[in-house]
Parts: sequence; C-alpha cells; structure tokens
Amino acid sequence: MGENNTVVKVDHVTVRFNKASVKVDNLKEYAIRLLKRQLMFQEFLALQDVSLEVKKGEAWGIMGRNGSGKSTLLKLISGVLSPYKGTVKVNGSIAPLIELSAGLDGQLNAVENIFLNGALLGHSKKFMQERMDEIVEFAELKDFLEIPIKNFSSGMRARLGFSIATTVRPQLLIVDEVLAVGDVAFRQKCEKRMQDMLDKGTTLLYVSHSTNSVKKLCNKALWLNKGQEVMHGDVDTVCSAYMEALKAKE
Amino acid sequence: MKVEMMKERVKSLFRYKDLLAQLVSRDIKLKYRRSFLGYLWSVLNPLMTMAVMSVVFSQMFKKGIENYPVYLLSGNILYSFMRESTTHGLTSITGNASLLKKTYVPKYIFTLSKVTSDLVNLGFSFCALLVVMLVTRVQFSFTIFLCLIPVIELYFFTLGLSLFLAQASVFFRDVQYIWGPVVLAWMYLTPLLYPIDALPPKLGWIVSHLNPLYYYVQPFRQAVMYAQLPDWTLVWRGALIAVVMLIIGLWSFAKAKDKFILHI
Repeated sequence: MGENNTVVKVDHVTVRFNKASVKVDNLKEYAIRLLKRQLMFQEFLALQDVSLEVKKGEAWGIMGRNGSGKSTLLKLISGVLSPYKGTVKVNGSIAPLIELSAGLDGQLNAVENIFLNGALLGHSKKFMQERMDEIVEFAELKDFLEIPIKNFSSGMRARLGFSIATTVRPQLLIVDEVLAVGDVAFRQKCEKRMQDMLDKGTTLLYVSHSTNSVKKLCNKALWLNKGQEVMHGDVDTVCSAYMEALKAKE
Repeated sequence: MKVEMMKERVKSLFRYKDLLAQLVSRDIKLKYRRSFLGYLWSVLNPLMTMAVMSVVFSQMFKKGIENYPVYLLSGNILYSFMRESTTHGLTSITGNASLLKKTYVPKYIFTLSKVTSDLVNLGFSFCALLVVMLVTRVQFSFTIFLCLIPVIELYFFTLGLSLFLAQASVFFRDVQYIWGPVVLAWMYLTPLLYPIDALPPKLGWIVSHLNPLYYYVQPFRQAVMYAQLPDWTLVWRGALIAVVMLIIGLWSFAKAKDKFILHI
C-alpha cells in the first residue's frame, strides 16, 4: 500500500502565467520590443504553493469562486499545463473532461467521433467498437449517428462527450463543471453514473459551484481562493465553511 | 539517461498509434467529403495540374527534355508533397489549440499526422504518375521500387521541417505568411519545370548542392522514369540532410512544447 495507493500527488505547485498587457506574437513587434527592451513579463500566479494528495477511490470536490484556480489545477493534473515550481505525479489512466466537447470534431459524425475521442483518451479502435452500443445508448443518440456533430445541440454534444469519457472506465475521472448544459434528467443520469463508477473504485476530481452536488458525490473537498488553498479535508466541514464564507461576503 | 528518454518517447508514440491512425483517417476522410468524385480527386488533381503546366512549359523547354509530362509530374508530386505537408504542418499546433488546451496528448502527434496524411496523398499522386507513364509508354523497370528511398528520406526531411515551422508559428504567426513565398521560390529553384543544365553553371551548382529537394527529386526521377539506379551520392546526402533536419525539428519542438499552452 502506501505510495501505490496514491493516484494524484500535487506537491507544492505554483503555476505562473505571463499577464503582459499586449500579447506579442509577430516578429515585427517582437523585434521592436526587443530593441526598446519592453519584453516585460508581468507575472501572474494562478496557483501558489498548492498541495493535494488523492488516494485511490477518493472523490474530491474542488470549490472556489471564479478565477480561484480550479481549472488550472485540473489542467495541471491532466498534463495540459506544466508547473512552474513543484511536481505533479499521476498514476493510472485519466479521462479529463475539462470541456465535454473538446475532443469532438464538428465535421465528423457521431461514430467517427467516438473513435477519435477514444483514441485521444488512449484507446484502440477495437476497444471503442466493443463499447459502441453502450456509449450510444447512454448518450441517447441512436437516431443521430450519421449526422456531422456540428449540427448537434450543445446538450447532445455534452451527452456524447460524457458518455465516451465515462464508458471507457478510466481510473481517474476529471470533471470540470460540465454538467451545467444537460437537462435535469440527464444530469441525474450522469450523477448516477459517476456514483456507480465511484462504487467500483474510480477516483474522481470534481469541480462544481453547486455545493449540493459536491456533497452528494464527494467525500473530500479542497477550497481554493485566488490560487491559494484555504482549507482541505472532509467534504462536510469544507462545504459548510465555504458556504459560511460566501454568506459572510454578502 | 538520454537513451532511456528516447525509449520512453518511442513507447509513447506506440501508445498513441491509434490516435495517429484516427487523425490521419480524419484528414483523408474530410478532404473530399461532399465532393462528387471523392478520392478520385487525389489522382485527377495532379493530372490536371500537370496537363496545364506541360502545355505551357513544354513550349519553352522543348529541346531539353524528352517526355516532358512525366519529367514534370515526377518532380512535381514530390514538391507538392513537401509544400502541402509543411503548409499543413505549420498550422498543426495553432489549429488544434482548443484540443491542446483541454486534453493531454503528445503535441507532435498533430504535426506527424498532417505530414503522414499528405504522404498518403502522395501515394494517390503516384498513381497519377503511373497512369501518365503508361500512356506515354515509359519503359518500366525494377528500379521503380528504389524510388521509395528518396520518398522516405523526403518524408523525414519534411517532418523535421514541419515540426520546426509548427513550433515557430506558435510564437510568431508571421511564419504562416512568409512560408507561401518561400515555397514558391523553392519551386523555381528546383529543377521541376526545367532541366538542371538549363541553369547558368554557377546557379546550377548551387541548386544541385544546396537545395535539399534536388537530392530527392533527382534520384526519384532516375529510378522512376530513366530506369536507372539512383545516384548513390545524392541518396546519401539526402539521407544525411533528412536526419539533420529531423533532429533540428525534434529538438526545437521539444524545447518549445511546454510553452505552447501560453501562446495558443
């Protein structure tokens, strides 16, 4: 046990962005600025010295107001961003749902997208073929398989994306505020599926503004504010402290 | 240490082979979707281009070249491959920004898939070349199989070049606009339309020694249309340049890839 049990280990991580007022992306401007010595670097720390250790089977809710670094943390864990300081270690397969329709190509139809998206998550065509029916059924898109998905509604896209990412049974599921688009029935269905996955030992990282759904799904929580950790621990404790802080602001 | 890292890289490439296959098939599928003739365009397009160009230019170089259509087409399909794949490769990172921002995949896979799907397209163009060779009764010889050598070299050369351009254009979008004129100049500096000895000796020397494309076009023609063994000196130089270009591409890409996210 011990080390092997840890799925994600974020160790004193700082993420830095260049918040330069003007984005320099052409040669002429670069040359002029170089000569004028104006290639300034206005640093902005999206995360400061944040640590997080997620054990197998745990479900973490990540809370905080807009711009507090929640998505940055998830991007860090999914490998999209690399840290400026500190280290991030992940064991096992990840399905990042940082945006549900990110891996979908509008020109392709649903079936082709299932293969493409599966490949993006690291799965073979055969693997996806075996799960095709399950994906289509869960997404409720049986009658729309031949249509290029640029003609899909946002709800349909979200259903497809969620269905693909959860049907492949990843060891770590990362969900970033993606269920807001679906209707109530589908949202409940998604929550139920996530619950099932949790019961089977999947680890979950869940970003949501709804403390209710965090409480329902998660057993641990992390509260971020302006890139810094405010507190972490048991979900009820953190949630109530978070709610109180929100109320105090008002 | 380095060897371990290389091993790790190759392993990760293997792990993402399905993604590569999916991306390549997406490019090929989407290219002709909704066109009536579909994939046939991949053969027809070079044929028609060749027809136009050979009508125009065969008047100019009448004396120099025997079987002008095959001469022109054989050089042109290699050049077109280089032009298309670098132009596509150039935008392979900036064009997939939304994906790169939201999910982790090795970034070079997008450049690799673009160059590879254009290689498939080169296969179609090669069929067009075979058609023209049949029609003009070029004598086929076993040396035609040797044309694969310069094609493979060109593939790696182009891959290296595309990787370099792709990372450069993330930081400086200007690269996209500069590249058009550059490849146009490159076309005229390569003996595609004219025979190499039509150039003044000095320029001819420069072209045949400093233009990498010459190292691929010339052996390719020798093998395909002249039924000769390719000039091995050219083949070796071509291989060397391809390896050097690939290393430059991989190195510059590897150095820059972690900063992409901040610029796309």
